[in-house]
Amino acid sequence: MKRTRFDYYTPDSVENACKLLVELGDGAYVMAGGTDLLVKIHRGVLKAKALVDIKKIEGIDGISYTKGKGLTIGAMARLTDVGEHPDIKAKFPAISKAALCTANTQIRNMGTVTGNLCNAAPSADNAPALMTMGAVLNLKCLEGEREVPLGDFCKGPGMTVIKKGELVTSIFVPDPPKGAGTSYQYLSARGKVDIASVCVGATVIMDGDVCKDAKIVLGAVAPVPMRAKDAEKVVIGHKLSTEILERLGLTASKESMPITDMRSTAEYRKILVAVLSARAIEEAAKNASKK
Amino acid sequence: MKQVITIKVNGDAYSLAVEPFQTLNEVLREDLNLTGTKLGCGDGDCGACTVLVNGRSVSSCLTLAVSVDGQEITTVEGLASGENLHPIQEAFLEHGAIQCGFCSAGMEMSALNLLNQNENPTDEDIRNAISGNLCRCTGYYKIVDAIGAAAEKMKKIKEN
Repeated sequence: MKRTRFDYYTPDSVENACKLLVELGDGAYVMAGGTDLLVKIHRGVLKAKALVDIKKIEGIDGISYTKGKGLTIGAMARLTDVGEHPDIKAKFPAISKAALCTANTQIRNMGTVTGNLCNAAPSADNAPALMTMGAVLNLKCLEGEREVPLGDFCKGPGMTVIKKGELVTSIFVPDPPKGAGTSYQYLSARGKVDIASVCVGATVIMDGDVCKDAKIVLGAVAPVPMRAKDAEKVVIGHKLSTEILERLGLTASKESMPITDMRSTAEYRKILVAVLSARAIEEAAKNASKK
Repeated sequence: MKQVITIKVNGDAYSLAVEPFQTLNEVLREDLNLTGTKLGCGDGDCGACTVLVNGRSVSSCLTLAVSVDGQEITTVEGLASGENLHPIQEAFLEHGAIQCGFCSAGMEMSALNLLNQNENPTDEDIRNAISGNLCRCTGYYKIVDAIGAAAEKMKKIKEN
């Protein structure tokens, strides 16, 4: 086997990690679970000179929920831990579902939600639901820190706004307002393990039967997870009748921009968008009424 | 530059000098001669390389050896005690859940990961638990049956 040689560092603080990233410069990569990174290195897609493993940074794997404020998911929180966390299961079921349908058990025991977002695949399972809930990423560097809404985070397949020397330390999800419900829907060829052909996240705020507000995010149908803003307008201010849901699906389908690849044809993805976005809005509304 | 790591594998402590780019799979197989753990795809898709690190199943092909410094690893060689097979291994034999055997070590480790957390798994739980382990021989039915039977065996042992 052809070997890629690289150095390995385990900084014990965010500051030391950022320092290392600056000192090492090009070819230094942050490693959380490593499940995407090492595949890319082994395949030669990525030329790594050094890996900065962030797992020894204290507290970076934490998950905490404060009522009235929101949920903080540390950068090293594994997919399994996020998916099985009692507060997340109870208050943010769509986040739990998305985490637990990512890859397989072994990968979920290694990989992280933050890593899934930073890998910036258009089909990232964890992006759509988090985006509709207004998730914000906290980024730190030696100069200071900044917050980036998840909706502004991805720039293209595999590309994000992370600058050199910067580290995502956590994800913050605000506590959902009264009447809010979220859903995550996806479909893939094999059902498990493989990557979604299309995935959809939806959050609604219901006032009785009427949808007061809606956010829909489509995955795997554009270079980055995309808001379906026209489709959102179709449901806002309306009761979720069969007719409205059908119109919503068609509108979402129209604004999606899928390509044909090994996982699906563009035509089939367009149909999936219609079905899954209607399903997501319906389930989100159901979840809203449960609270 | 090589780094020295200290790990426990199946209860035995080792101190090893490893290159940062060596995977746990490589170190287990090449340095410790524990070849029960297989290497299949090398991409974390097939599950043949599954081992437990601190009680949780991981793909050893995507785990850097340096990153498990100080941790406890269980491989398929750690299942049996001497001549006595582990209930999971017994069940695999009894149910004909092994054909070519290449997936078996990974399957058994995924089964152990499941049964450590869930004493009474449904068939669906079992199917979910082994969804990251590919088998090209059995068609999975016998493996699912074997893991169900192993759950019963382990419960009985616990009760006695």
